[in-house]
Amino acid sequence: MRKLGSVGVVAVAGSLLTLAIGAWTRQPPALAGATITGKVKFTGTKPVMPKIDMSEEPKCKAKYTAAPPTEETVVVNPNGTLANVFVYVKSGLPASYKAPAPSGPVTLDQDGCRYHPHAFGIMVGQNLAIKNSDGILHNIKAKGTKNRPFNISQPTTMTSTRTFSAPEVMVPLECNVHGWMHAWLGVLPHPFYGVSGADGSFSITGLPPGTYTVEAWHEKYGTQTATVTVSGSETKTADFSFAGK
Amino acid sequence: MTSRVMLCLTLFGAAGITPLTAHRLPLTAQDTVKGKAVYVKWCAGCHGDTGAGDGAAATAMLPRPRNFTGAVYKIRTTASGQLPTDADLMRAIDEGLPGSAMPAWKTRLSPAERRDVIAYIKTFSSFFADTSQHVVPLRFGKEPGGGVGAQAVKTGRLFYDSIGCRKCHGDQGRGDGPSAPTLKDDAGFPIFAADLHQSWRFRGGGGTEDIYRRLRTGLDGTPMPSFSDLIDQKFLTDEELWRLAQYVRSLSPAREPEVRDVIHAPQLGATLPASPNDTTWARVDRYWFPLVGQVIRKPRWFAPTVSGVWVQAVHNGRELALRLCWDDRTQSPDTAWLAFERRVLETVASDDSTPPVAGLWPDQVAVQFPRHIPDGMERPYFLMGTGTDPVYQWRWSSEPRKAVAGLARGLEQFDTLSAAPESRAVWDHGEWRVVFTRSLATPDTANELQFVAGRAIPVAFFAWDGSNGEHGSRLAASTWYFLALDQPTPPRVFISPVVAMALTLGLGFMVVWRAQRRAAGSRGTGAGT
Repeated sequence: MRKLGSVGVVAVAGSLLTLAIGAWTRQPPALAGATITGKVKFTGTKPVMPKIDMSEEPKCKAKYTAAPPTEETVVVNPNGTLANVFVYVKSGLPASYKAPAPSGPVTLDQDGCRYHPHAFGIMVGQNLAIKNSDGILHNIKAKGTKNRPFNISQPTTMTSTRTFSAPEVMVPLECNVHGWMHAWLGVLPHPFYGVSGADGSFSITGLPPGTYTVEAWHEKYGTQTATVTVSGSETKTADFSFAGK
Repeated sequence: MTSRVMLCLTLFGAAGITPLTAHRLPLTAQDTVKGKAVYVKWCAGCHGDTGAGDGAAATAMLPRPRNFTGAVYKIRTTASGQLPTDADLMRAIDEGLPGSAMPAWKTRLSPAERRDVIAYIKTFSSFFADTSQHVVPLRFGKEPGGGVGAQAVKTGRLFYDSIGCRKCHGDQGRGDGPSAPTLKDDAGFPIFAADLHQSWRFRGGGGTEDIYRRLRTGLDGTPMPSFSDLIDQKFLTDEELWRLAQYVRSLSPAREPEVRDVIHAPQLGATLPASPNDTTWARVDRYWFPLVGQVIRKPRWFAPTVSGVWVQAVHNGRELALRLCWDDRTQSPDTAWLAFERRVLETVASDDSTPPVAGLWPDQVAVQFPRHIPDGMERPYFLMGTGTDPVYQWRWSSEPRKAVAGLARGLEQFDTLSAAPESRAVWDHGEWRVVFTRSLATPDTANELQFVAGRAIPVAFFAWDGSNGEHGSRLAASTWYFLALDQPTPPRVFISPVVAMALTLGLGFMVVWRAQRRAAGSRGTGAGT
């Protein structure tokens, strides 16, 4: 068990740090082109998210000192916007459009027995670095249907890397040890996607001129689309609004 | 077009498009048209016409039949997420998947039929036609020696704990871990963490190598992940993973338990082991009786969780003690499993007038005897007797925890008798152990079976797992077997040989003594002459 203990922790912490710095420094510069930005509003009754009982995992439970953790199916921001909405260009790019996958990975962190981020995008062929910061047993299962599904075990602090070969919106990710852990991954052949954040805004940059169908996807409230025409380096706004049921 | 021309075309096609590698059977040997005929005849009833795992019989099954459209397979030699090899598919068809409804087809279908049906099954998913999919079996090392040694098993146990197997499989491996009640497969159906004490029911085989392979590949489509990344990243050595496989293997009997018809109850000294954990039980032979779902009377039950009971019996000439042990991952009633129970009842077809409702049912077990030892082969109806020919039963329940005796007149009617057997029970990490004790003879000779040594006494068993929604006719049942109380050995068996030996010895001495006397007499005569 020594290997899984101190030696492993040190080795993995080191490699994670390297990875993290690598990912951070390798962020591509803002591309020239048009931008689509907007906010995702939320109307109606905000659903009450169930509290998560983490008593089986004291290490995770200890990370929530302010308030007990809740499920993240619907996260309504203080300004009345909806977080974790995946917004992406669904169609409108020329058939000849080709974008190479960035060399840096997208990192999914398992921290406090929750996924960070909860909804996110990746390009076909780009590395997904699946990181276990908790150091307790997680399994990460990707349940794609256009991509091959996989299920790998991470019983210690470690990082596993996988790629996705086909566009798919969305690939559900889950942990079966902790039934409340869910994340959603949008796999696209281009880099034109964003996720609504803590202020409900998103932004898609570097678009070539054209008329695009932009889709906003939410795990509970489904999808909405907007048609946006952009040219040059202009910025256009596309707001979306989801209603609580 | 002649078949020869067809064959040539196929050969060309095969050579042109598909790389012929060792793990892919040559397409020339496979025929999807013939494969479809085999599939429609033998497979579609469960797996469905379109391969979606939704055949007519599917709803009665848990686990459900494989849905071929996603090309996700549990039992593979390839990494998690990869397609299976043809040899993997052939193995599942040949051997079946133990512990599920999938039988072994090796002796029922010809080799050509099995090859053809594999080709057809692969047409249900576009993944198999996708040449960018790499189908490469993992390299599995050889099992290190010393697998049955205490040290190897101890090492394996260390890794069982350190990599978190207990989260689902439980501390002692009976599938009762804290995450077990939340488990679902990829289709959203409830799925049980495997009971590691019943290796003969492991889907991919119960050998150490099979277990090692499942650890490396995971069981895709289920919550069981692959542990290969741990080896690739050197958190674990290959040998350590083998030790874990050896530990898991050590939890089950060396061989699948053999079903023997007659339980022999040896006669012990004065006191019987009334406690389920009495060390005496370790010295008493145990008998395995498989149980199956009750599918004769409505409402039927297709998905029992108790796959069998281990039975031991002893007596002392006045009383009989019977110990039943069975694996049950839940100590029912247990609210932690209520949502799981609901999913089970929603998944498994029901044939009652109103759909079953999940409830906090207790675990139960019943031991059934005829009221009188039959003289011939005639026995009451095995499924709890009939209105005119009832059976005598002991019924134990976990809540309230007690046993009663009564007369069952079919599944619907149970009339409790005033005298009950004594019972003591423990639930220990997914196993119930219950001891029933009763006098061999009782005053109520009309209703209560009178146990007599040396006779073959019919006996049958029933079990209910409350957290699996089992109650009433939703139960697991055995057929009739026999209980035989060994007769005390009569004293003459021991005394007769001693007497015989003494007599022989005495006679021998006499013969020798007389011979010596005669010899001494003749010497004396000789000296005198």
